[in-house]
Amino acid sequence: MAKQIPPQTTPKPHPGSSRRKSRTHTRGRQVDQHALSEVRELLVQQPKQRDLLIEFLHLIQDRFGCLSTAHLAALAEEMNLPMAEVYETATFYAHFDVVKEGELPPPALTIRVCDSLSCQLAGSEQLHAALVEGTDASQVRIVSAPCMGRCDTAPVAEVGHHHVDHADIDQVQEVINTQNFHPHIPDYIGYDDYLANGGYELLKHCLEGQYDWQDLQKILADAGLRGLGGAGFPTATKWKFVRQEPQPRYLTINGDEGEPGTFKDRFYLESDPHRFLEGVLISAWAVEAEAAYIYLRDEYPAAREILTVEISKVVHAGLAPPGGIHLRRGAGAYICGEESAMIESLEGKPGMPRHRPPFVAQVGLFNRPTLVNNIETVFWIRTLFDKGSNWFSTHGRHGRKGLRSFSVSGRISQPGVKLAPAGITMQELIDEYCGGMATGHTFKGYLPGGASGGILPASMADIPMDFDTLQDYGCFIGSAAIVVLSNQDNIRTVAINLVEFFKAESCGQCTPCRVGTEKMVQLLQQPDWDQELIRELSDVMADASICGLGQAASNPVNSILQHFSPKLIATDLANSVTLDQRDKL
Amino acid sequence: MITESILFTLDGQSVISKPGETIWHVAKRHHEHIPHLCYTPEPGYRADGNCRACMVEIDGERVLAASCMRQPTAGMVVKSSQSKRAVKARKMVLELLITDQPERPQAADKNAHFWDMADQLAVDATASRFQPAAKPVADNSHPAIRVNLQSCINCNLCVRACREVQVNDVIGMANRGSEFKIAFDFDDDLAASTCVSCGECVQACPTGALMPASVTSIDGVGDSLNYDRKVASVCQYCGVGCQVNYFVKDERIIYVEGRNGPANQNRLCVKGRFGADYIHHGDRITRPLIRLTGAPKGVDTGFDLTKPQTHFREASWEEALDYAADGLRQIRDRQGRYALAGFGSAKGSNEEAYLFQKLIRTGFGSNNVDHCTRLCHASSVMALLECLGSGGVSASFMQAVNADVVVVTGSNPTTNHPVAATFFKQAAKQGTKLIILDPCGIALKKYATHMIQCKPGSDVSFWNAVMHVVIEERLYNQAYIEAMTDGFEGIKAHVKHYSPEAMSLICEVSPDLIRQVAREYATAEKAMIFWGMGVSQHIHGTNNVRAIISLALMTGQIGREGTGLHPLRGQNNVQGASDAGLIPMMYPDYKKVSQPDIKSVFEALWETELDNQPGLTVVEIMDAIHSGTIHGMYIEGENPAMSDPDLAHARAALAKLKHLVVQDLYITETAMYADVVLPASAWPEKSGTVSNTNRTVQMGRQAVKPPGDARQDWWIIQQIAKRMGLDWNYQHPREVFAEMKQAMTSLDHISWERLEQEHAVTYPCPADDLPGHDVVFGDRFPSISGKGLFVPADIVAPDEQPDDQYPTILITGRQLEHWHTGSMTRRASVLDDLEPAAIATLNQQELERIGARAGDTIRISTRRGSIELMAREDAGVPAGVIFMPFCYGEAAANQLTNPALDPVGKIPEFKFCAARIENTMP
Repeated sequence: MAKQIPPQTTPKPHPGSSRRKSRTHTRGRQVDQHALSEVRELLVQQPKQRDLLIEFLHLIQDRFGCLSTAHLAALAEEMNLPMAEVYETATFYAHFDVVKEGELPPPALTIRVCDSLSCQLAGSEQLHAALVEGTDASQVRIVSAPCMGRCDTAPVAEVGHHHVDHADIDQVQEVINTQNFHPHIPDYIGYDDYLANGGYELLKHCLEGQYDWQDLQKILADAGLRGLGGAGFPTATKWKFVRQEPQPRYLTINGDEGEPGTFKDRFYLESDPHRFLEGVLISAWAVEAEAAYIYLRDEYPAAREILTVEISKVVHAGLAPPGGIHLRRGAGAYICGEESAMIESLEGKPGMPRHRPPFVAQVGLFNRPTLVNNIETVFWIRTLFDKGSNWFSTHGRHGRKGLRSFSVSGRISQPGVKLAPAGITMQELIDEYCGGMATGHTFKGYLPGGASGGILPASMADIPMDFDTLQDYGCFIGSAAIVVLSNQDNIRTVAINLVEFFKAESCGQCTPCRVGTEKMVQLLQQPDWDQELIRELSDVMADASICGLGQAASNPVNSILQHFSPKLIATDLANSVTLDQRDKL
Repeated sequence: MITESILFTLDGQSVISKPGETIWHVAKRHHEHIPHLCYTPEPGYRADGNCRACMVEIDGERVLAASCMRQPTAGMVVKSSQSKRAVKARKMVLELLITDQPERPQAADKNAHFWDMADQLAVDATASRFQPAAKPVADNSHPAIRVNLQSCINCNLCVRACREVQVNDVIGMANRGSEFKIAFDFDDDLAASTCVSCGECVQACPTGALMPASVTSIDGVGDSLNYDRKVASVCQYCGVGCQVNYFVKDERIIYVEGRNGPANQNRLCVKGRFGADYIHHGDRITRPLIRLTGAPKGVDTGFDLTKPQTHFREASWEEALDYAADGLRQIRDRQGRYALAGFGSAKGSNEEAYLFQKLIRTGFGSNNVDHCTRLCHASSVMALLECLGSGGVSASFMQAVNADVVVVTGSNPTTNHPVAATFFKQAAKQGTKLIILDPCGIALKKYATHMIQCKPGSDVSFWNAVMHVVIEERLYNQAYIEAMTDGFEGIKAHVKHYSPEAMSLICEVSPDLIRQVAREYATAEKAMIFWGMGVSQHIHGTNNVRAIISLALMTGQIGREGTGLHPLRGQNNVQGASDAGLIPMMYPDYKKVSQPDIKSVFEALWETELDNQPGLTVVEIMDAIHSGTIHGMYIEGENPAMSDPDLAHARAALAKLKHLVVQDLYITETAMYADVVLPASAWPEKSGTVSNTNRTVQMGRQAVKPPGDARQDWWIIQQIAKRMGLDWNYQHPREVFAEMKQAMTSLDHISWERLEQEHAVTYPCPADDLPGHDVVFGDRFPSISGKGLFVPADIVAPDEQPDDQYPTILITGRQLEHWHTGSMTRRASVLDDLEPAAIATLNQQELERIGARAGDTIRISTRRGSIELMAREDAGVPAGVIFMPFCYGEAAANQLTNPALDPVGKIPEFKFCAARIENTMP
């Protein structure tokens, strides 16, 4: 029988100072059990793979309208990840709303108003202001967002996940009233129709061994198919490089079509998705990929829904093994269009571009050799096979060969995706494909390759537009996104719009881009431009940034200074208000 | 990685790169220091190439390249200082960054590396052509680290420090673009985050955005160069043996940095980095103290640490030493040699430990000398000596990164050996399977393949079942067994009865998991086992270790790189103190006192007759005081009034002593029983050698003088020795070391001079100019037969089982911030601020069971005592268990612990006793 011992009564001497109080829990934020059970419920049946972090963040954001720190801590616990790693990813992407203790969650409805150049030209600033004015801030949140890939229907607003084309306040209000926040699914060629027209025949022949991968590679090479995401690297050569590397290998499809002004990939996905999927599966076959990962930007909810449905049909039909195609959802980050940033994002991390060497063909997804192709690039594979490589290369103008899908927007009569000969000039494109300039607008200049491809004045509208033809002018065609400017557009406003875009989309990792874009916006806002300093900063950004974003971020300014007349620049500077001034107004 | 030498051109000069070298390194070898901010050449840091201050121009490439990342290829033409483009980029990068920095005189560190780089590039910090961005708010929440992100350049060195070097995973890069910033967890205040305050980020930071608070004003202005001298030494805390630099200003240590020692590669933990100012605490005793006649002894006497004069008077050294020695001598002369005993210290140098045991053996005349090894790894040492012939580790803990499987059992290394833990975490991140066996879910589990939470005290059942599987499935290494071991048939027969199914009922680990562990460990190419006091501090501690050793022997997982057995030693010099003979049954180098031929060797060396009776151990000495055998003690740098089990019993023993001499830095709980207290020197105040858990002997160097009239411990021991009639005349620790070498072959080829030059040499060492052996027992064991011996281990239940009255299991141990009995760390201002008061940890269900919430005051009672303290919630503590650190005098855990001993190691069962917990505010 134990004796009872009275507890000590007098405090013992001890050397502590008692300046601070002891913690009641283990270090750091504690996991809330309720939040943990909610997260577990959402993640039930899901493998707790690190690369699925962004998918899981979407699940939480979609379910609860935001990412509370309670849920994030629970997710970190459930995935056995450090909180810091979860937070890095959650705060990197624009479509996640991290809400800390004591902060209010965002209102139930978010309206994103596109502020990229084409939409800005079409009045998105006024639309934004009108929506702020006309809606209840406690119910609706109005935020600016970068290009939604609908520049031909500018201005655009996304209400929930419902995109409103040619948006005005009444149409947006209508969507709010009808609570129709789901994406509109356009008509497209479905599985049966695609199959009925010879679809997947090529794939079957490939899988059955009727063709060698080199047979197809030759067709692509002869046709001169190049990477249509913007880099223009010969696709056949890429196949070869990746095949040289040891297995396991992966295929990734870059569907992060974020270059302002570009919407061709969305156009193809939303019209003929199986032609794309067949291209994916043939590419995977060609490089003997373990699996294909399709990285689709979050701005394309309709395309995601289409692909989700159609991929399951393809798998069901036995054309792809279960788990052979992974459809992954971006979360609002332009930089993930850069292939190594996309791979980081596929691994569930912030989209920080990697250094080269090593190239992704050697060290890519999960550190394995990886083929990265753009959506449109693989979209062409079946067509090239069906029509023959000669067919493709017979097109072209001014000595260039092939076809290009130009996304044309801005001050023209008929914006849209224009499948036109490679090498076509801007003037020809406007005249022959776009129905001329929009009424009341005089051609002033154009962006030949989206936000990063530089700006050329109307006087230089006779240059063939293709890969390699614009370098001499400090420009490039990139993803063939053309934005046409008119006499009603101020060159300073355009430059600031573009550089602000890069500032907002810079991953932040390297100094020239992170600090450079921020300081460049400052310089552009000065009443008069310090052209020498702008050039010096621009040179260093181009020379010393890690990836193409920072290297190209000053292209708009550079080409303005290089190609536009000093008189025009002086006039536009005098006739524009800087953002600072506008804020004060 | 490029694996061959490459010829290329750098600034017009033909140069050759070594395998793996980057352009930056080649330039450095050719005396060009290319500017760098995000890159550091320090060990363990991956180049990240983000700052773009080190750009070079490469012929044929469109853009510049980061020289810190790029490896040259044959024939490459690189322009560095000769490239206008590269130089322009470097300068612009600095100008951009400087724009957003505070002005240099107001900078977080006005002598930061960043400013050196700006100076090197001749960038005028006051003449940026850009406008600064908005200023972030400083975070002053942490007692040791100032966070001033205005100085931050987002180079992410701190992230690599936290994530890749120390693997603490607290710092990340939040947001993107111009909002990009470092963040702790969810961008929390540093003090509210999961930060373990290792300070690696502070040491890595090139700008002072993360600065030691000790050299920064509250408004964020600091200067890392504002010191008088820098002294290279070794850390004073745990057995990892991190090398440090002490930065001294006005005879005070103002901050500490890690050095590139073999065990730490610049890394430190919170104690090593931020725990040095205890030596400047006002409680330090600076003059000898003699107890006032009639002043009561003990900790319950209303003793006030700030007013020792109520119980003691100051005395001169002469008087105090005479008084101390007279008391001891009288007891020796009247009651005989066995009436005295001494506790030496594992916190001092090898030379001090050696002198202390020599004093006891030659001056007191008995082998009644012991130290805290008895309370930590005595059972491990006994089992290792018995089975392998050596008490040391078979391989360093750094070998973990070479292992395919690492087992950690009964050890919480992120708390108790934080820098060793960084190697385990790195190994796990690189793919090594990490298997943890422990009753508690420890922090390391985040990196583990298996976190096996077994029932407390069930180790032998688990390991015997594992061996059962190894034998049943023939996973053992027959060739190794035949060549290198004895007794396999015995162990084979023994573990036959320990099937996983049967043992699973005892250890509560599923048979499947037991089988899986057996297969993973046995079939691994290279596997290592680490253990701590969760294994050793049991009445079956020796059996636990025997079982672990047997498993390693039958699988041949010892004697090669990436394999082996490693008991993680506790004190900074517990290895060295044990090696030096500070144990009652052994002379230096573990030579048995009972062996006549050995005794005669030491009698010749020490020129005196020695006693052949093994002495008493720590707890036995306390019992001998109670039984009236021992009457006087000399205790140097130990605190048994806090560290012994069943403190009521131990303290009563100390109170009963006729004469107690205590030599320490403060009036410790033990000194509250002393007749005379001799003011000693702290580790940073002395020079001497120290041996870490890896068998590495390292040189400690004096950074500051002891305060007031405090003296070097070796000097005090010698003064006592002289007064005990010994003719000692050592002038310097190096003379003691030279004598030790005569007695210890383990120190062959390791001289004082060599240690001065090389800072560290591991024993055994084959030659004066060769490094020591990191891995031993490759071809033979140091046993008489040269073979390893299987010693079957039976299951012995913990001594005191829970029952209705005391239904909970109490486990005691340590905390990250506090060292041992707290006498040092609770006086270190940062450590005290981080863990200011006594706590016990238990899980939420246990709290609910007693109707308490986290933060409530609870009462813990055992058959030996009862204390009240704050409850801290910790999900890692299993149901039915409560954990208490033993460093808090106001709620001393050892008032509760069970003094039952392991029969071989004589180590008490600190890791298991029956307790009752109650809410004090029901």
